[in-house]
Amino acid sequence: MKFTTSDNTIPATASEPLRRFLQVARGAGLRVSAAEGIDAARAVDVVGYTERAVLKQALGLVLAKTPDEKALYDETFDLFFKHEALAGDGPFGEAAPGADEDGAQPQGGESALALLLLSDNRGELATAVESAGRESGVQNIRFFTQKNLYTRRILTRMGLRELEDEMEKLRESGTPEGMDNAALLQDRLDTLRASVRDLVERNLLLYARGDTEAFREQLLKNARLTNIDRRDLERMRVLVREMTKKLATRYAKTRRRRLRGQLDVRRTLRKNMGWGGVPFITVWKQKRIEKPRVMVLCDVSGSVAAMAQFLLMFLYALNEVMADLRAFAYSGSLIEVSEILEKEPVEQAIVSIMQRIGYGSSNYGNSLVDFEEGWMPFVTNKTTVIILGDARGNNNDPRTDILARISQRAKRLIWLNPEYPALWGTGDSDMPRYAPYCNLVTECSTLRHLDRVISDILESTR
Amino acid sequence: MDTSEAFPQNVLPPDETKRLMDNAPSKITPAPTLKAIDDVDAGLTAAGYIPNRQIATAVYLAHHLQKPILVEGPAGVGKTELAKSVAAWMNLPLIRMQCYEGLDESKSLYEWKYGKQLLYTQILKDKIGSVISESDNLARALDKLHAFGDIFFSRNFLEPRPLLRALEQPSGAVLLIDEIDKSDQEFEAFLLEILSDYQVSVPEIGSIQAAVAPVVLLTSNSTRDLGDALKRRCLHLHIGFPDEKLEARIISSRVPGIDERLLRQLVTFVQQLRTLDLKKLPSVSETIDWAKVMVLLHTSVLDVTVVRDTLNVLLKFEADIEAAGKQLAAMTHKAQQAAGIA
Ligand SMILES: Nc1ncnc2c1ncn2[C@@H]1O[C@H](COP(=O)(O)OP(=O)(O)OP(=O)(O)O)[C@@H](O)[C@H]1O
Ligand SMILES: [Mg+2]
Repeated sequence: MKFTTSDNTIPATASEPLRRFLQVARGAGLRVSAAEGIDAARAVDVVGYTERAVLKQALGLVLAKTPDEKALYDETFDLFFKHEALAGDGPFGEAAPGADEDGAQPQGGESALALLLLSDNRGELATAVESAGRESGVQNIRFFTQKNLYTRRILTRMGLRELEDEMEKLRESGTPEGMDNAALLQDRLDTLRASVRDLVERNLLLYARGDTEAFREQLLKNARLTNIDRRDLERMRVLVREMTKKLATRYAKTRRRRLRGQLDVRRTLRKNMGWGGVPFITVWKQKRIEKPRVMVLCDVSGSVAAMAQFLLMFLYALNEVMADLRAFAYSGSLIEVSEILEKEPVEQAIVSIMQRIGYGSSNYGNSLVDFEEGWMPFVTNKTTVIILGDARGNNNDPRTDILARISQRAKRLIWLNPEYPALWGTGDSDMPRYAPYCNLVTECSTLRHLDRVISDILESTR
Repeated sequence: MDTSEAFPQNVLPPDETKRLMDNAPSKITPAPTLKAIDDVDAGLTAAGYIPNRQIATAVYLAHHLQKPILVEGPAGVGKTELAKSVAAWMNLPLIRMQCYEGLDESKSLYEWKYGKQLLYTQILKDKIGSVISESDNLARALDKLHAFGDIFFSRNFLEPRPLLRALEQPSGAVLLIDEIDKSDQEFEAFLLEILSDYQVSVPEIGSIQAAVAPVVLLTSNSTRDLGDALKRRCLHLHIGFPDEKLEARIISSRVPGIDERLLRQLVTFVQQLRTLDLKKLPSVSETIDWAKVMVLLHTSVLDVTVVRDTLNVLLKFEADIEAAGKQLAAMTHKAQQAAGIA
């Protein structure tokens, strides 16, 4: 491969291929600042272009700053250079000769493209496609709808018009040989068209991915959680994790090492003195959170099933970043789920919780009774209690008295309702009855809502 | 999300480029030249550290670009050890700064020696009469007093802490800033200043510039996200768990004389363990410990009983030991096969 140095405004720093690669990397979603661009150029100056593996590692050290970015970078690098390697140097016209040499070409084969097609030299053809692609600026493709446009442009640049004229002439000649040749050319042209489309598609993926990915994420963050499609689940998971990680960074002080699940060596030894210290019985550190700063009660009943898993995802991620959180799930009754969130990986945790308590028909009154009996003593004037739910209690006694007592003990009581506010109070919704006891009642139906609300809460519990 | 931030301008304006280039710390002499990545590899290996290609490239590049390396990765994969070995190999002093919550400028850069200053004040007080009486006018007396004041905040009373020490080493140093993620964000910002030109300013004295740029390694266990500015300033090296071959080489360098077949078994076993969904995967340091235990126990064949009895060397969580329990037989069998025993 040849690397040409570019114009003289930027001294030996960003050679053309590097500049293009950086553009691709940005498109793929890597953040490459101006300073990093320069470091990349300096790195290339140090290690050179000759050893691809070294180049890959060196640029990776400069450009990718997290494991996720590393993976993205590796993929982009490979894709880009595979692409580059295909691209030949000479303009298309120079590639044609080879075909003349065997002289056995039948009549026709006047135009350069026809010659190339008839020569059936795949390498040359691929080279020609690549360079015509580059000359047509295919790397500027950004939208799906531009695929036909670029395909046509590239083919035209390769001499489609002349070829078609020639094929037309062959057909008009009426000779069997001419017809055959026209058919052969048509055949090869179809194949060529396919590979041009392929090139365009690859470029679309390569260059437009960042834009579309970012676009899609915007979409998801603002979408009502109830509307989110299964196929976006994985992306949502990533988004939720990113979001909580950001929260964690901002509120880093709320994070303390957790002791649960670690071997308590001293107590283990003491317990096993009778066996000469051989650990038959192991004692595990159990540090209960006696004074939780935040208690979250999360509705997982049938009426919110569509979004329950996102709420749980969020709860899970929150539990990872906040040390003094206790989490509960409820539908017909209420259980504590802190342990499950703590011990199991996220998918598993969600499944376990849903299996234990999910999908039931809500009974807010019952659930509140459970909470009062089991955990009311842990609510102190330092605790923020958050209830996530639609307050639809199937016409059971809402037990607002319990909510009143929670409200009295707690520092703050916040209700996050996934329904449109216009629906609060309609049908079996007890929202208006609960509202007077809450410090805040707010709609919370998208990831963006969740993010804002939770960061407000973290801000005030700091 | 603000997309304009995530996707910055594609093209660098030329003068911006030039400015950044000019700011590169070029006035400082680099430490001994590294000619090739292979040299780094060989040098570290000789110092007892078995690097992979990525690590060797990082050290090589850090040297030539005079940039710090930010090393991230799980606990026990040899982040700290890397810095030690770079120092040992380049024959430079290792200056280590362990980070913690609350670490600040005075603990990391310099402090005034208050005791000494106090003593000096006493002496000054005693002498002040004679100093002034020797002068025939007020201006002269004040000049003399100022001279004393200048000594007061001079190098004599400065107690250098790790960062300053690293800058002052006459032939350069390896500066290890360990577990930067444990420090506060304010400290990170402060560090950034120093790392940008290897120069610090002490208000009372002026700026102090490194004679030789130190090789800087920062490590992080990612307990919190580091700021973008710091990440941008550094080469980013992620050390993951080593593959089978590399791990075997590491173990045999750390546990010299270990039986080749035992080594094979241990490594194969640990590699399998890492494919399980555990809370904390065993790291290189655990494999080393385990290997040492096995050597002590004179184990030559890894069987389920030995493994079960010693599994707590590898796994630190109850849930993990439990989770691995069901697979022990299969994994030990595979390990034996790999060593040509079963
Ligand atoms: N590539 C290697 N070559 C030689 N020894 C290694 C290598 N990797 C790890 N080790 C050994 O593993 C042990 C752990 O390494 P070290 O303490 O540097 O890990 P760490 O990544 O700094 O861990 P932590 O995050 O807990 O501080 C050390 O005893 C070190 O000697
Ligand atoms: Mg360490």
